[in-house]
Amino acid sequence: MNAPTTTLATTIPGEHIRITMDEHTKPFWEAAKERRLVAPCCGQCRTFRLPPTPFCPNCQSTQVNWIELSGGATVYSFAVVHGFPGLPDLILVPVVVDLPDAPGARLISNVVDVAPSDVVIGMNLRVDFAPIADGWLLPVFRPAQTTHGKE
Amino acid sequence: MCRPFPPKSPDLMGDSTGLRDVAIVGVGATPYYKRGESIPRTITELAGEAILAACADAGLSVREIDGFAYYSGATAGYTDKMDTADFMETLGIPEVTFTAALTSGGGGSAGAIGLARAAIVAGDATVVVTVMALQQSKQLLGTVFSAVAPNPINSFIQPSGLAGPGHLMSVLARRHMHLYGTRREAFAEIALSTRANAANRPKAMHRTPLTLQDYFNARMIAEPLCLYDFCQETDGAVAVITTSIERARDLRQPAVPVVAAAHGGVREWGRAFAWMGMPDEYFASSGNKPIAERLYRQAGIDAADIDVALLYDHFTPMVLMQLEDYGFCGKGEGGPFVESGAIRYGTGTIPVNTHGGQLSEAYIIGMTHIVEGVEQMRGTAINQVADAELALVTGGPASLPVSGLILGKAA
Repeated sequence: MNAPTTTLATTIPGEHIRITMDEHTKPFWEAAKERRLVAPCCGQCRTFRLPPTPFCPNCQSTQVNWIELSGGATVYSFAVVHGFPGLPDLILVPVVVDLPDAPGARLISNVVDVAPSDVVIGMNLRVDFAPIADGWLLPVFRPAQTTHGKE
Repeated sequence: MCRPFPPKSPDLMGDSTGLRDVAIVGVGATPYYKRGESIPRTITELAGEAILAACADAGLSVREIDGFAYYSGATAGYTDKMDTADFMETLGIPEVTFTAALTSGGGGSAGAIGLARAAIVAGDATVVVTVMALQQSKQLLGTVFSAVAPNPINSFIQPSGLAGPGHLMSVLARRHMHLYGTRREAFAEIALSTRANAANRPKAMHRTPLTLQDYFNARMIAEPLCLYDFCQETDGAVAVITTSIERARDLRQPAVPVVAAAHGGVREWGRAFAWMGMPDEYFASSGNKPIAERLYRQAGIDAADIDVALLYDHFTPMVLMQLEDYGFCGKGEGGPFVESGAIRYGTGTIPVNTHGGQLSEAYIIGMTHIVEGVEQMRGTAINQVADAELALVTGGPASLPVSGLILGKAA
């Protein structure tokens, strides 16, 4: 049962989040650092994929076009996580999102600054970027209406 | 609602169907310990004890082992590993002619017996052991993904705080609830019925009856999942010995024939909850449907012919989704099916995890399900299903391969 809570969901504190990258994933993170959400799209057959990988799983091409997305997303499914190792009071809403302008690709992220009980499947989200270790930015999501006009 | 089972077809009774060219002839285990409490014993020691116990059960000398068929890449959990050369040196095994592992993780547990069979049928080995040992003093598996070093692929999941396998599967469970109206009461019934099966088992880690109230009062870990949706964190080891059906007939125990064995899966499931890109019809599933179809085809049976189902129960929703994938009920009907009492030992239509599973007995990454399958088919199980002739044992659900095994009544 969902205990009533007014604690808003957050992310793991940014300084605890470390990422690494390779030549295939680096464009994603470099765009995020510029507050742009991008996804790799096959240069041959136009199939989107995430996470970025060396080959298109549909046609095996290695050609990639990095497409800048609108930043809109919808909640495909989510969890409400109570505590994280070393941070027992943390409330996280890890979310799997569909990206309307990158059909077939999903991103795993967080919904932030929202009461967990307000999150529902199908909810519209908008991307934001949260600082993490080593100067990188992590794409996270907020309910679409709460960031309206903020960009 | 749930599809009623037709009565067993008479031509499928007895020992006429399926592979039946190899048999499980020995099972052995260490005591089960709460996580970390097997220290100062080592992985090699725990595994060695299980192997020797399995040999004793079979009436074989450990010197007769000539094959090793592992799963999970021969790792012992995520943080330790097993090694055939260590076992040869410490146990005095003179020569091996086959040593191999299924890839990925616990999804291959049941399928490792198929790997043993492959070695035996190919003539590469004659007496093949499958072993898993687990010790969780360094890292709890429950939050293992929060502790692994970041890499380019997990950098797309680790930051979200999905810290362990159960956290990942909570997202699948939520989707199942959304699509099909599945209720937490169904997950609770899986936890409660499994606990009830553990009540009379001396080695079970948790035997105290669990009530619906206990379940709904429990700490939420990753909503919609609570503490009782998560399996135990156990230390210990289990080993299983497979040999040819001919050799098996001369050994101490009645041979438990392998009727079907399969591992693998489809790309749409793929890395599963480590990916989350599964198309909708696969997302809220256990990824085991292709395995079910292959097993039933090999065995010449269907779900209605299975007498006891030993389903890999790391997390309750995955039991529910396996009931669907293995055809015990229709897709999306797992919730009402479970809530109807269908999986209860003694009163249900398909008793599930009669040994108390990983939820209540012990978690040795799928091996206890194989042991229970063997005991059910020998007719020696503590919670014996009367007249059981076919036992289903599954591995996973996790990144591919997932796997399954059908065992036949011992003869």
